[in-house]
This record gives sequence, C-alpha cells and structure tokens, in this order.
Amino acid sequence: MKVPGSYYLIVAAAMFCIGAIGLLVRRNALVMFMCVELMLNAVNLTFVTFARMLDDIGGQVFVFFTLVVAAAEVVVGLALIVSIFRRRQGATADDVSLLRG
Amino acid sequence: MEWAVFVVFAVAALGGAGGVVMARKPVHAAMSLVLTLFSVAIFFVMQGAHFLAAVQVIVYAGAIVVLFLFVIMLLGIDQEDTLDEPLPAQRPLAIVVGGALFAGLLLFAQILEPTGGSAARGSATQGDVVNVERVATSLFTDFLWPFEITSALLVIAVVGAVVLARRGSTPQFEDQPVGADAGSDEGPAAVLEHDE
Repeated sequence: MKVPGSYYLIVAAAMFCIGAIGLLVRRNALVMFMCVELMLNAVNLTFVTFARMLDDIGGQVFVFFTLVVAAAEVVVGLALIVSIFRRRQGATADDVSLLRG
Repeated sequence: MEWAVFVVFAVAALGGAGGVVMARKPVHAAMSLVLTLFSVAIFFVMQGAHFLAAVQVIVYAGAIVVLFLFVIMLLGIDQEDTLDEPLPAQRPLAIVVGGALFAGLLLFAQILEPTGGSAARGSATQGDVVNVERVATSLFTDFLWPFEITSALLVIAVVGAVVLARRGSTPQFEDQPVGADAGSDEGPAAVLEHDE
C-alpha cells in the first residue's frame, strides 16, 4: 500500500530544520554549505511529494531547475571558500569578519 | 513493504542529516550527506519521479559531493572543529529556533490545504507514459524559456568560479590572517584594526 504524502512532508520538514540548525550552529564554512544542500534537498522532496499529491508534473520540473541552481551555487560558493582558505588558514566563518563595523 | 522501505530510508535520511550537522570532520559530514542524498533519491523513486532520482544520484551524490571532497582534499582543511564557542548562547538558541521552525511548518501544514491546477501540465503519476517522457514534454514545451535561461546561468557560474579561483586575480584584497602576525601592517584589514 502507498505511503501517504504527508509522511514524506514530515520527513522533508525535519530535514529542512536539521539543515537550518546546522547552518546556525556550525562554524566551518564547508559544513555550512553542506547544510544548505540539506535544506535544498528537503525542499526538493517537498516538491516531488506535492507533484504526486496534486498530480501535476510541474513540481518535478521545478526540482530540475532547483538542481541546476544548486549546482551553480555550489560551484561559486566553493570557489569563494577556496579563495578565502587560500588567504587565511582559519577554517571558521568567524574569521571572515572584515565587514564588521 | 513500501512502509518498511519508507521507514528505513526516512531513518537513514534523518540520521545522515544529523551526521552532517554533528560530524567533527568535514569528510565525515560529506559521507553523511551522501547517505541523505541517496535516501532522498529512494524517496523520489517511491513517488514515481524516476528521472529525478537518477539525476539526484548523478549530480548530487556524484558531482557535488565529489566537489566538496576535492575542496577538502586539495586545501587540506580536514582539521577538526574547535569546540569552544565564542557565543555561548548560540547553540541552544539555534536548537530552539530549529524546533520552533519545525513546529511552525507542521502547524502550517495542518492549517493550509495544498491546492493546485488540476494537472494542467500533465499528470505526474497516471497514464502509461514513462516519467522521463512526461518531464521532457513539460520541460521542452511549458518551461522552454526557463530551460534556456538555465544554460546561461550555468555559463555564468562557470565563469565566476574560474575568476574567483584564479590565483592572484584580486590584488586589492591582500589582507593578513587575523591574529597570526598582526604586527605587519599591509592591506585594508590591518589599517582598519589600527583605526579602532
């Protein structure tokens, strides 16, 4: 028998919240990035679940676009992290505080 | 049977998510991320999104995580996180905020009913057309213009990554490591610190 869509939505919500907590708690910029990926994946799961619940293929097409945006975001973000790590050895986000007033 | 698969991979997905947040080393966090991404791919298969499941495994678990591992390996930044907290209230506060977010999401899901057009772009589950064909039909008819813009986005991202990662491309941003040798004062960071 089929698992109802609301269970998938609960799992997705829990994943999103775990990612948000990780983004707030962790200081390593790379791990923060992984938490962003976690949140994006939770939203993707929500999209696919609603595509099934509402019987509309548009949700799945949107996940495709989300994947593309996530890939672009990872590429640019990792380039930023590389250029930051090249200048200073500290791995934490607290070290990058040039804009503090 | 389907319930068993769902429960197993829900536990795996949430456990992997917890591993990403709690792992000391970035490599372990990346491995936990692979577990979560694969579990989400299983969920996609269970809901009939076969194309997206394949793309999820290839692009996310195959490309993005490898990119993370490359950055970890090439930069040699695999040291463990320090446990000392500059802001002592941050961790419990973050957990409280995350819990409130979860409760709020569930509450809104109780209150609001999901609505949508009645399969104006084609059904997601029914019919004997395979999933790849349905996604392709929608992507190349209704979403053709966004699809083309996507290619521009990818080109911009590649060019941006090359510009950012090229060595010595931004000479006006040569700041010193904070705290290590603050005595030598070149660069804007040192100047700002002396102004305080």
